[in-house]
Amino acid sequence: MEMNEKAILQFKDLDISFRTNAGVVHAIRGVNIELRRGETVAIVGESGSGKSVTVKAAVGLLDGNATVNSGQILYRYKNDDGSEKVVDLLSMSKRELRRTVNGSHIAMVFQDPMTSLDPTMTIGKQIMEGILLHTDADRAAAHARALELLELVGITDAEKRMKNYPHQLSGGMRQRVVIAIALASDPDILICDEPTTALDVTIQARILELIRDVQSRLGLSVIYITHDLGVVAKVADYVNVMYAGKIIEVGTVNEIFYDPRHPYTWGLLAAMPDLETDDDRLVSIPGSPPNLLHEPVGDAFAPRNALALKIDEKADPPMFKVSDTHYAATWLLHPDAPKVEMPHELQERIERSRKEAERYQ
Amino acid sequence: MSEPLLKVRDLTQHFHVSRTFTVKAVNGVSFDIYPGETYGLVGESGSGKTTIGRSIIRLYDPTSGSVLFQGKEIGGKLDRATEKMLREDMQMIFQDPMSSLNPRKKVGDIIGEGLDIHHRFSSTKERDDAVAEMLNKVGLSQAHAERYPHQFSGGQRQRVGIARALVMNPKLIIADECISALDVSIQAQVVNLMKDIQDATGCAYLFIAHDLSMVKYISDRIGVLHLGHMVETGTTEEIFANPVHPYTKSLLSAVPLPNPEVEKRRKSIPYDRAAEGIDYSVGTEHVVEGTHTVLATDEEFARWTA
Repeated sequence: MEMNEKAILQFKDLDISFRTNAGVVHAIRGVNIELRRGETVAIVGESGSGKSVTVKAAVGLLDGNATVNSGQILYRYKNDDGSEKVVDLLSMSKRELRRTVNGSHIAMVFQDPMTSLDPTMTIGKQIMEGILLHTDADRAAAHARALELLELVGITDAEKRMKNYPHQLSGGMRQRVVIAIALASDPDILICDEPTTALDVTIQARILELIRDVQSRLGLSVIYITHDLGVVAKVADYVNVMYAGKIIEVGTVNEIFYDPRHPYTWGLLAAMPDLETDDDRLVSIPGSPPNLLHEPVGDAFAPRNALALKIDEKADPPMFKVSDTHYAATWLLHPDAPKVEMPHELQERIERSRKEAERYQ
Repeated sequence: MSEPLLKVRDLTQHFHVSRTFTVKAVNGVSFDIYPGETYGLVGESGSGKTTIGRSIIRLYDPTSGSVLFQGKEIGGKLDRATEKMLREDMQMIFQDPMSSLNPRKKVGDIIGEGLDIHHRFSSTKERDDAVAEMLNKVGLSQAHAERYPHQFSGGQRQRVGIARALVMNPKLIIADECISALDVSIQAQVVNLMKDIQDATGCAYLFIAHDLSMVKYISDRIGVLHLGHMVETGTTEEIFANPVHPYTKSLLSAVPLPNPEVEKRRKSIPYDRAAEGIDYSVGTEHVVEGTHTVLATDEEFARWTA
């Protein structure tokens, strides 16, 4: 299996469709994402863009009506004897995945902590469950480890909290417990699916700082799924912007925020006011995302794109290279394309951001 | 300044859950909304912002305090004329458009219901024209009047919710988290629409949200709520340029900015009310400057503004 040397997890040409009553929904249409050791990759997109489906495929959580048409999800890990091994997660059965990969190597944090915790079990028991299952620790050792984890995620009075039920904790505390459970058996990769969407901003900031802190201490690789660009700016090293089942722009976080190239990324950035915005109108993207029941011909974003070219209606743009790390799928980057500037509101914003960034250095 | 459109004084809203337990959702909140302005209410979940909106529009019966709308008290029992005035001039846009639109009614009838009840037309054609005009105004087409709510996307449904509120030409619209459930690109569309309509009709908004950057963008004045107390209020510039209350500071520091170089270095300021020994019930309103006030004791005020 061909896998990039440095990558720990690599999505290769992933293509997934769902059978529904209304017809076949082609939700993921050729996704390539690479995650390296110790780095954070964010996947940004609107609801229905396929960001959750992509990572769910990696942990075997796809719904029953999903079909993987093609592609591989390669995962490199160290065996117990220290030898390196590369596996294709898509070729493994759910049972195999659960035994070997899920939890112990790849752990996931979900959006709503209330629905991902068992309301009938104390949180201590829930954390110990994973440890007892994945390692050969006895109960006393598992208990000690659970305490240690609770302290790691910043829960004070851990001994007392172990006996609490989820409903006795606040939303932020619950999400901390979920993170503790995810970390219970020393995973290499942590997948966070909108981990802070259900939380308040003040608590969101604390949780994001916690994940960042834990990541640097344990050397984790993290995949973030979010629709909030502010969150991306805070946590990510690399950003994948997703639209209608495709990655349309990828780059380092600085490239995406200070030098975006795809009109959709422009729209996303400009649509979100920062605290400095005082324009009369927000730049908005007209229309709404396409329904993937009807597979779009050409560039899926073209109908909403004021800058769409003729060719956008005929052919889907390939990824054009901007720099070694920065690629964007838009015909505007083709050498023959007319020169188009990003909206001036966004230009001004980026200027402002850069100036502010200088002050912080 | 002109007379306020809405005057809220010491509004208190308690919910008796059981004999021994009462949720004190709102505790003595006061603020004014002037004609044509946008007043933003921010705060974390459980701070009472939605409750305030719902108490104002009489979905709850306030425990104490007074709400004056266009100079008339609108708490308790109302006479017919006041009730009619209230129903026509104050409208609400809800958070979730799917659960606030009747799934068995056509969109045209949902929007036209207010017109029907208040007999705002002399012929069916006039009514249908008014509905069609409203649909156009919010960026939908006349043909959409014959469809049902489930046939629309989230953003379109929220537009129907806005059209329903606007068709009565209200003076005050309570927008309760009306963009929170929408995608970023759609949020901008709806916010632009709300601004356009305000420019055209001069209505005032009570904009309730937890997204501070959006609130800052749309509001003229802001009230910051925490645990049912209005901890700080003032114009948007005053609050953002010079936050005084530690809770406001913590809230502002927590908003993630789309600027990676800055965001990676910034740390949010934690706020722990108990550790700082702040008791909201003993604080009084202190004027910082102009309309900017903060809830504090004399000692706290001196310390925060020092």
